[in-house]
Amino acid sequence: MRPTLDESKPIFQQITKMIEDDIVNGELKEGEQAPSSTQLVAYYKINPSTVLKGMNQLVDDQILYKKRGVGMFVADGARGKLLEARRQTFMEEYIGSMLQEAGRLGISTDDIYKMMEEMKRRGER
Amino acid sequence: MHIQAENLSIGYGSKNILEHVSFELEENKIYGLLGRNGTGKTSLLSVLAAFRKPKAGRIMVNGEEPFENAAVMETILFVYDSNLEDETEKVKKWLRMNAAFRPNYDHDYADYLCRRFNIPVNKAVKDLSKGLKSAVQVVDGLASRASLTIFDEAYLGMDAPARELFYEEVLKDYMEHPRTIILSTHLISEMAGMIEEVLIINDGTLLLQQDKEQLLERGTTVTGPKEKVLAFTEGKKRLKEQQLGSTMSIMIDAVLSDQEKQQAKAENLELGPVALQELFIHLTEGAEQHAG
Repeated sequence: MRPTLDESKPIFQQITKMIEDDIVNGELKEGEQAPSSTQLVAYYKINPSTVLKGMNQLVDDQILYKKRGVGMFVADGARGKLLEARRQTFMEEYIGSMLQEAGRLGISTDDIYKMMEEMKRRGER
Repeated sequence: MHIQAENLSIGYGSKNILEHVSFELEENKIYGLLGRNGTGKTSLLSVLAAFRKPKAGRIMVNGEEPFENAAVMETILFVYDSNLEDETEKVKKWLRMNAAFRPNYDHDYADYLCRRFNIPVNKAVKDLSKGLKSAVQVVDGLASRASLTIFDEAYLGMDAPARELFYEEVLKDYMEHPRTIILSTHLISEMAGMIEEVLIINDGTLLLQQDKEQLLERGTTVTGPKEKVLAFTEGKKRLKEQQLGSTMSIMIDAVLSDQEKQQAKAENLELGPVALQELFIHLTEGAEQHAG
């Protein structure tokens, strides 16, 4: 979890994003218990209704499920669902804006491939 | 606790500070009361706390008028910047004396809070620093577990760590013992997160009452090339405009439809949220010109 919230996004969305990140990174595994709303309220000093809004969003998206009187748990298949959704966002946002900027700079698709190879090599070194 | 305010007028002598104020507060929510200096926040809260009567209109607390109604008054607690300079009692005794009027008072919780705030309980209240005096009142406010608890700038003189502690304890105890809480504050950015519903008073009346998340959705900053930003925000209420070179940023007061958001994305306009404090500043702008 991130230690602080910022004002770049509604707070309940930041809560959902953080829990999703933890699931994607494997820090929170399927079947494991998600942080309780009490913990989140105390940690971020935010209204419980805001936390609930974020948690309910994750329940609606079938990322978490409620166990009555116990808490929220990570649903089976949650990670796969998130990875698929992020893949889509990756294409639409990262790749989309990359192509736009490349267009502005007159960089061809071939050049982009070459740049990607180059960056990959640097990363492996 | 359920509170219904009907067409309240509040004032001194012939002068009204607030007029035509109507609102309803539901049970077990945390409300934020915001308003610029001198707009009548404390006067309104004094009426809610039954410290004074409205000049006109009616206030109903769980269906009863609170003024001079002992049964209702013991369920309302108003923490405000009161003068404690003559309180010669020791903190311990002062708290115990107040507790006598509070049926739900939790003495163990009060002791715990005194330790957390590092309050010297054997010292006379009047000899404490401003921050510690505020802390003692916060302890009283929390440990009383009143169905309606009002904190009117209760943090005065507290340093940042003490304020953090205050926020943490309010939320923790609210979760364990839900009740209606009103926070009146100037430290909007610090306390925004705690608030579920916002009331803003301005220009002698209640400007708005709205769920905080919904209120925040009203504010959007549109950034991009000047021409496009101007075209996109055409016909919308503009709160603030800023320009740097050919890039323009306009803050609008408008809830955008999904279609408009898509359109903004297609035109490469960046949409950003607006913080509660900034929204408040612009919604209440120009208030001084009307005052007095």
